[in-house]
Amino acid sequence: MSTLLLEGGRLVDPVNDRDEVVDLLIVDGRVAEIGGALTAPEGTESVDVSGKLVTPGFIDMHVHLREPGREDKETVATGTRAAAAGGFTGIACMPNTNPVNDHRAVTQLVIERARQEGVVPVYPIGAVSAGQKGEALAEIGDLVDAGCVAVSDDGYPVATSQLMRKALEYTGIFGIPVIDHCEDCSMTVGASMHEGSVATALGVRGWPSASEEIVVARDLMLAELTAGKLHLAHMSTAGSMRLIRDAKARGLRVTCEVMPHHFALTHEACREYDTNTKMNPPLRSEDDRQALLEAIADGTVDVIATDHAPHHADEKALEFDRAPFGIVGLETAVPLVCTHLLSEHIGVRRMVELLAVNPARVLGLDRSDNGAGGFPRGLGDLAVGRRANVTVIDLEAHRTVDASKFESLSRNTPFDGVELTGWPTLTVVDGEIVWRHSPEPTSR
Amino acid sequence: MPSAELAGQQTPSVTHAFACKDLIGIEPLSVADITAILDTAVSFRRVSERPIKKVPALRGKTVVCLFFEPSTRTRTSFEIAGKRLSADVQSISAATSSVVKGETLFDTARNIEAMHPDLLVLRHSSAGAAKLLAKHCSAAVINAGDGAHEHPTQALLDALTIRDHKQTFEGLRVAIVGDIAHSRVARSNILCLSKLGVQVVLGAPPTLLPAGIEDLQDGLEVHHRLEPAIEGADVVMMLRIQVERGGSMNIPSRAEYARLYGLNATRLALAKPDAIVMHPGPMNRGVEITSEIADGPRSVILEQVANGLAVRMAALYLLCGGNPAHVDTAA
Repeated sequence: MSTLLLEGGRLVDPVNDRDEVVDLLIVDGRVAEIGGALTAPEGTESVDVSGKLVTPGFIDMHVHLREPGREDKETVATGTRAAAAGGFTGIACMPNTNPVNDHRAVTQLVIERARQEGVVPVYPIGAVSAGQKGEALAEIGDLVDAGCVAVSDDGYPVATSQLMRKALEYTGIFGIPVIDHCEDCSMTVGASMHEGSVATALGVRGWPSASEEIVVARDLMLAELTAGKLHLAHMSTAGSMRLIRDAKARGLRVTCEVMPHHFALTHEACREYDTNTKMNPPLRSEDDRQALLEAIADGTVDVIATDHAPHHADEKALEFDRAPFGIVGLETAVPLVCTHLLSEHIGVRRMVELLAVNPARVLGLDRSDNGAGGFPRGLGDLAVGRRANVTVIDLEAHRTVDASKFESLSRNTPFDGVELTGWPTLTVVDGEIVWRHSPEPTSR
Repeated sequence: MPSAELAGQQTPSVTHAFACKDLIGIEPLSVADITAILDTAVSFRRVSERPIKKVPALRGKTVVCLFFEPSTRTRTSFEIAGKRLSADVQSISAATSSVVKGETLFDTARNIEAMHPDLLVLRHSSAGAAKLLAKHCSAAVINAGDGAHEHPTQALLDALTIRDHKQTFEGLRVAIVGDIAHSRVARSNILCLSKLGVQVVLGAPPTLLPAGIEDLQDGLEVHHRLEPAIEGADVVMMLRIQVERGGSMNIPSRAEYARLYGLNATRLALAKPDAIVMHPGPMNRGVEITSEIADGPRSVILEQVANGLAVRMAALYLLCGGNPAHVDTAA
């Protein structure tokens, strides 16, 4: 019997409407008891988390592990270590690997690697279309059976309206969402950043917000037509927020996510041609940033995810227009949320919804195991008897981002050297401490 | 044989110390920097008019021209500029470089750096390439055009040509007409001329105007037709238009572009009677400019080329540590 006692933390559990300073006792990977001054059984490891925030484990539903295919950028092992170090107790990984996760064998490989070498559970996302080519549907039933929790052609949009329609209809069989990367690629050829005054001053080809919003609008119409479960990835524009807000007001079944870099930075960050400010969708204008902040606060945005996209330093040491898109995000997301959103825009409860409750719900991980392959489910809250996945955060901690110390194999972040306030200190998966901030005196 | 303009001895026309390590763009330059380069160029101009077109100013200095994009005019201009100053000049073009073998700009830069050049001239299709090179090299870097970003020596030679004809910049109206979206020449000229007090007026179809161009410079005037852009202009600068056969999404055809935006005698009559006509080259005769205008009395296109050489001599000289107040044009 393994036991762990988290003592004296502020437990914020929105699903169970709990926000109080209590002890949390975990026995055999499950929440055993919640209350004041609990007495733990003999041999229990006790961790003093007084003054800290204790929440249901955070889930990053948008991660690119590069395994299989580009293990020089990230592996399941290093990616899950980065997740744990960032306060995430689970991640969902996108299918744009090599080969693409459009077949059970790839899904199983990722899950098997995660079981052997991973630190936190990995919930694969399968491809919508075979080879992500935007033509035929992938064998989605087989993918779901092997453990995929959603489908997406991320990296690319679902190529055509007809394919999106069919995907939304077909996934209804399994109750999984279709996650779309919204980009009208006819408008983004050769473009490297947001179209506007900064791109013009830099002489870099940009693409406008409209190229995202056109596909958002298409997807919303198709979600309405099909009653499918639509999740819109990495939303970056004010127009997207308006479209989604209106759609939700009309009762459409749509959810969406926003990335920390899109609420923390604007295209002004690209001024020095730093390729670590190049991502897709690109950093947008200040008006867009403000619209995202408002949408995060008012509930239009359901999830904060990272779009963790590791790239080797050699690939990023190129001319701006030749470097690949993407930045790593797992190890900076929580402090960016705490620093940029907490107190000014949202409270702690909403933060936990965005990082734990809602990602679990969107991916169906809140429900108990459904017999499919992969890692166990039943996540997003800490009621007695639930899986004990816990994130502990020190909201007062000031630390400077040091990319050289990342657990991730890649270092491509625009936040290196930035001081942030509010950092994870302890990550618990199924009652086991999988990561703790080292200088922190955590046991006695 | 000291020149009359051997400044510092009698009448130093240039006193501003030129302290920039690189010439990446016009954007960071002050008016004093720009003036120092133009004045230095004037001093060097007469070197090219002598029977022995060479001064020892950069003897022992090594200049490497890296041309990763095709160029005839600019490359030749830099090579001759370096040679007239007695620098050792080596040119490398993309077709013969390791780039075709997959070497990155970063590695090319480091390898050339290991040979201790004093100055690198870079032409590259990627915006920001010159900045990237400058970051990794201790040698001075001159940007000879990076994508659609900047082409500072072109703007400087244009400014010198305008000054030759108009004496002052204050109060001038300069129309820049054509493909602003893809033009580094337009960006550098907008910045350079505005700093010097010129009212810059743009004329371009909306499909060839980049988003937010009006934010590049306060007071910039933007027109979608040629006529209002050149009306009352002191200078009309036509940009090269690139239209693939069969048209593109920006312009239906060369013929339609010529009809709407081509500079001809009727249209030039809208500008001031003493307006000059400029073109950075290479020209599409009969498209953005008729031969009648290009070869006519108001065209200063070949003067631009001559001034290009002088400006590049000045840039090479100043970035190799030459003092603008002591331009040594002695042979």
